[in-house]
Amino acid sequence: MPSRPTKACIVGAFEHPTRKAPDKSVAQLHAECAAGALADAGLDKSQVDGYFCSGDAPGMGPTSMIEYMNLKVRHTESTDLGGTSYISLVMHAADAIAAGRCNVALITLAGRPRSEGSSGTAARVRPGVPENAWEMPYGMGTVNGYGLVAQRHMHEFGTTLEQLAWIKVAASHHAQHNPHAMLRDVVTLEDVMNSPVISDPLRRLDCCVVSDGGGALVVARPEIARSLKRPVVKLIGGGETVRHGWAGAVDLTTTGTAISGPTAFAEAGVTPADIQYASIYDSFTITVLLQLEDLGFCKKGEGGRFVADGNLISGVGKLPFNTDGGGLCNNHPANRGGITKVIEAVRQLRGEAHPKVQVPNCTLALATGTGGNLGARHGSSTIILERE
Amino acid sequence: MSKAHVYPAPPVGPEDTPFFDAAREGRFLIKRCKDCGQYHWYPRPVCPHCFSSATEWVPSAGQGVVYSHSTMQRLDPPFTLAYVTLAEGPTMMTHLVDGGGQPWQIGQAVKVVFKASEDGTPVPCFAPA
Repeated sequence: MPSRPTKACIVGAFEHPTRKAPDKSVAQLHAECAAGALADAGLDKSQVDGYFCSGDAPGMGPTSMIEYMNLKVRHTESTDLGGTSYISLVMHAADAIAAGRCNVALITLAGRPRSEGSSGTAARVRPGVPENAWEMPYGMGTVNGYGLVAQRHMHEFGTTLEQLAWIKVAASHHAQHNPHAMLRDVVTLEDVMNSPVISDPLRRLDCCVVSDGGGALVVARPEIARSLKRPVVKLIGGGETVRHGWAGAVDLTTTGTAISGPTAFAEAGVTPADIQYASIYDSFTITVLLQLEDLGFCKKGEGGRFVADGNLISGVGKLPFNTDGGGLCNNHPANRGGITKVIEAVRQLRGEAHPKVQVPNCTLALATGTGGNLGARHGSSTIILERE
Repeated sequence: MSKAHVYPAPPVGPEDTPFFDAAREGRFLIKRCKDCGQYHWYPRPVCPHCFSSATEWVPSAGQGVVYSHSTMQRLDPPFTLAYVTLAEGPTMMTHLVDGGGQPWQIGQAVKVVFKASEDGTPVPCFAPA
C-alpha cells in the first residue's frame, strides 16, 4: 500500500437529484450542488479557499461562478478535458492543497442539456480551432465518432454487439435500485441489440442518457478530513493525459487511459487486481470496454470477454462498476459524466451506496474517465481512492 | 436516398488555401516535411513531427483503404463518417460516398473524390477504388 503521505481527502460529495430542471439556471444548479457538498462534508462556505470548475461553467473560467456563489478564494483553476475534467480536478485540487495553495477546495459542475435540447451530438464549431477545415464538413458529432471506435475494435478483436450490450445490462441492474436514475428498468441483451441503430454499430441503448443536473465535491487537507464526522476517503493516485490523431497515425482502439491509468496505479502503489469498485465513464458502452483494457483489468482486445456474463454487476461479477447506474442509466449532467463517477466511488468507500449494490468493506476504488471524443481527440484521467 | 448530403463549407484558414485551390482543379495535396521527410495529416505549416517550418504541399494520388466507418442511419440521407489510411501513410477523417448502397468494409480500397460544399468549396471524400 502507499508509502507516500496523503495529499488530500474527498470530504464532501453531492449529486443533484434533478434530471430535468427547466425552471433553474445553470448557475443556480452549481450553487445548489456546492451547498449540498459542503453540507455533506460538514463544512461552512466560509472555509472554502479554493474553487475548481471546467470550461462549461457559465462565465470566463471560474470568475462568474466564484462571484455568483460569493466565494473568497486564494487558489482557482479551470481545466477543460471535456467530461472527465472533474476527475482531473480532484487530482489538481489535491496537488494544490499539498502545495499549500488552499485547504478546502470546492469543485462544481452543472448543466441542463435536456431542457435546452442539446445532446452534444451536433458538431460544434468554434472559430480558429485548427482541425475545423478537416473535420467540420464531415459532421462528426458524438455518436458517430464513438461508432468509428466500436467498428474498429470489433474488426481488430472480434468484439461483438452482445459483449457491448453486457455493459448496458450491468448498468441497468444497478440503476433499478437508484430512485433518482433516469432509466430504472432492467434491460436484456436483446433489448440493447434490438434497439434502433443510431450510428453503426452503436444502438440507442449503447448511448448514455441526456440529463440536467450537476454535482460537487469538496477536497480538503487530511487534518481537516480527520476532524469531520465522515469516513475519510484519501486520494492516493492520479494520472491524466490527452490522446489524439498523432499527425495521422490514428489508432482508435486505445484511449488516453493507457497513460492515465498506469500513472495513477504507480503513484498509488496498487494494481488493478486490488481494486474493489470502479467508476468508469460510460458515455457509450464502448467507452467502458476500452478503458477496462487500458487500465489493465484485461489485455487489449479482451474487453469483450471481460464484460460478458455479468462480470460488472455488483454481487455477481469480479469488478462491480457504476453502481449508481452510470451515465448509461442514471445521469449525465451537462453531457459531462466525470463528477458522478467520483461521487459514486466516494459512496462505495463510505459504505453509503445502495445496500443492493454496496461492495462489502470497500476500501479501494477507482474513478476513471475520458472527455471529448474517442473518435478524434480526448482527455483521460484516472484517480485511485482509499478509505482510511 | 434521392436527397444529396449537404456539406457545410470548410472554414479555410490562410495556411489551407493551396489545398483548396488545388482541390478546385481536382488535385489532392498532402503535406510533407522537407527536413524530416515525413507526411502528416491534417495539414499544418509547422511539422508536427519535428517542428520544422519547411513543410511542403505534394501531390497525392488520393488512394487509400478504409480504417473505420460509421453510418448515421437516423439521418435523411444517411452519411458515412470514416477514417481512410492514405497510401502515403497518414489516416484522415472523411466521408465514404458513391458506394451504391453496398456495405462498407474496413480494408476496402478507396480513392479520393471531391464533393462541393454549400459555398462550392470542395470537400475531400472517398469512393470505392
